[in-house]
Amino acid sequence: MSTTPSPPPTTADNETTRGPRPADDLRQQVYDSPKEKAIEYALGACALVSVLTTLGIAAVLLIESIPFFQSVPLSEFFGETRWTPQFTEKHFGIWALLSGTLLVTVISAVVALPVGLASAIFISEYASTWVRKILKPGLELLAGVPTVVYGYFALSFVTPLLQTFVPGLGVYNALSAGIVVGIMIIPMVASLSEDALQAVPNTLARAAYALGATKYEAVVRVNVPAAFGGIMASFILAVSRAIGETMIVTLAAGASPKTTADPTEAIQTMTAFIVQVSKGDTPQGTIEYQSIFAVGLVLFLITLAMNVFANRITRRYQEKY
Amino acid sequence: MDMHSDGTFELRRSQRKRIGMVLAGILFLATIFGIVVLMALLVDVILTAAPWLDAQFVHSFPSSTPGEAGIWSPLIGTLWLMGLTALISVPLGVASALYLEEYAQDGWFLRLIQVNIANLAGVPSVVYGILGLALFVRFASLENSLLAGALTLSLLILPIIIISTQEALRSLPSGIRESAFALGATRWQVIYSHVLPMAAPGIMTGVILALSRAIGETAPLILVGALTFVPFVPRGAMDQFTALPIQIFNWTARPQDEFRGLAAAAIVILMILLFTMNLTAILLRNYFEERRAGA
Repeated sequence: MSTTPSPPPTTADNETTRGPRPADDLRQQVYDSPKEKAIEYALGACALVSVLTTLGIAAVLLIESIPFFQSVPLSEFFGETRWTPQFTEKHFGIWALLSGTLLVTVISAVVALPVGLASAIFISEYASTWVRKILKPGLELLAGVPTVVYGYFALSFVTPLLQTFVPGLGVYNALSAGIVVGIMIIPMVASLSEDALQAVPNTLARAAYALGATKYEAVVRVNVPAAFGGIMASFILAVSRAIGETMIVTLAAGASPKTTADPTEAIQTMTAFIVQVSKGDTPQGTIEYQSIFAVGLVLFLITLAMNVFANRITRRYQEKY
Repeated sequence: MDMHSDGTFELRRSQRKRIGMVLAGILFLATIFGIVVLMALLVDVILTAAPWLDAQFVHSFPSSTPGEAGIWSPLIGTLWLMGLTALISVPLGVASALYLEEYAQDGWFLRLIQVNIANLAGVPSVVYGILGLALFVRFASLENSLLAGALTLSLLILPIIIISTQEALRSLPSGIRESAFALGATRWQVIYSHVLPMAAPGIMTGVILALSRAIGETAPLILVGALTFVPFVPRGAMDQFTALPIQIFNWTARPQDEFRGLAAAAIVILMILLFTMNLTAILLRNYFEERRAGA
């Protein structure tokens, strides 16, 4: 490479030695003027805030949970099934909170996934234009209800209603909270699955009709399988939202961390524990206070993994059609 | 499905059609399930709230005596929070979207930011609360002030504003930009004189929806230390505060029926604010969609 002779000066180089051409002058003074550049960099700096937010969340959760993991070894955190930070004999087994979260999430998925998918299919394939114009804003309003209002609804409407069917159901129970969390995520499943169904080209269904399929056969055997990726992504995103849901479970599911699969019992989720500690007068520096960062870290990692996975499916799927 | 085997095709066709009808019926019932639940929720709340809702309720401070309690300080706190959150998040979100859509070159950096924003939108709100607690309340020493709450809520809704603004910018016909460039406008002149005004309705719709998400957020505010009992109205961004969702949470968590009624009354006020915002956004969108379709 070193033997290669340097290229002869180009005409452009000659010109710059003589002075800028008018076009270059215009470019430098107007299109690349300091003002234009400053605006570009300022806007770019704003776009960086979102990256800094992610880094900030990761840094805060990691740094703040170091003191906690110095006193509670990972073997106890993942090996113990009791979570009793308030007792004199303290145990920090995350499974007690994880199982509460899991129980509520499974119940909510049982409610939301079938109902949400059915709504998506109906709105996308069956509803006429004017029916869609009523149903979609209706679902959007349902999505806009604050979670604390859902919490009120779970406690003052759904639990008393369930108590007439389920004898011995306590005021606080996983069942009521799970059902209401499910209702909360129905619009999310419906809207994302509908997007996936809409993205399937009409030609697929028309081919099915040409082969003699009825409407339901075309929908169930052609459209839904073709939108499978997007529907899966909507399921994962909705379940991740259910895992992170806080106010419904804080109000309706109780505050007793325990490893159980019985939906009629009072439990505590990871999110509800974080709220319980931070709304009380727990002094900073105590192990109980430090534990919310460790629990937050587990919560963040689980939801992040699910979101990354779902978004990856969605992107791959969008490229397909 | 061996439709070709014998002469029963026509017979089974009517059966298959019937199955289709049944399925359509089930799908319809599932679709209106959500809306029926919404109705039940609203009716339950309004019936429980009715005896408590009056002018005195709106104008009084929270109190441990249910008959005298009101939502004046939470209501003012929520309005303060919304104002501050909008001031912080809207310029930041719109600027980010402008950079991503109008300036950034396609490449790994742009992809990284996009993936990051999509994932941020799915982070649980209670995690934003933890971030706000560590970063704004303690590290920046803002204590449990309105500003700390507003900054936390701003980070929470930033991804929503960015994504909706990007969609609004993308939906503009590219001829708008090209014609302005052809007349010699600089990039910023194109944005300022053409892109922003034309995308404004779309951006506003997204902003309103994002703020209506923020107005109901409870968990992040509990984390940053919103108070549950505030017998005063905040006078500045550094004052302590409470907000409507916090007051609703506090009253709902009490076992007495009177406080349940107060909670329902506060929910009615919050839902009126929310539905007004949502309705504005939906009408705005429909109006401009129709206008664009007609043009």
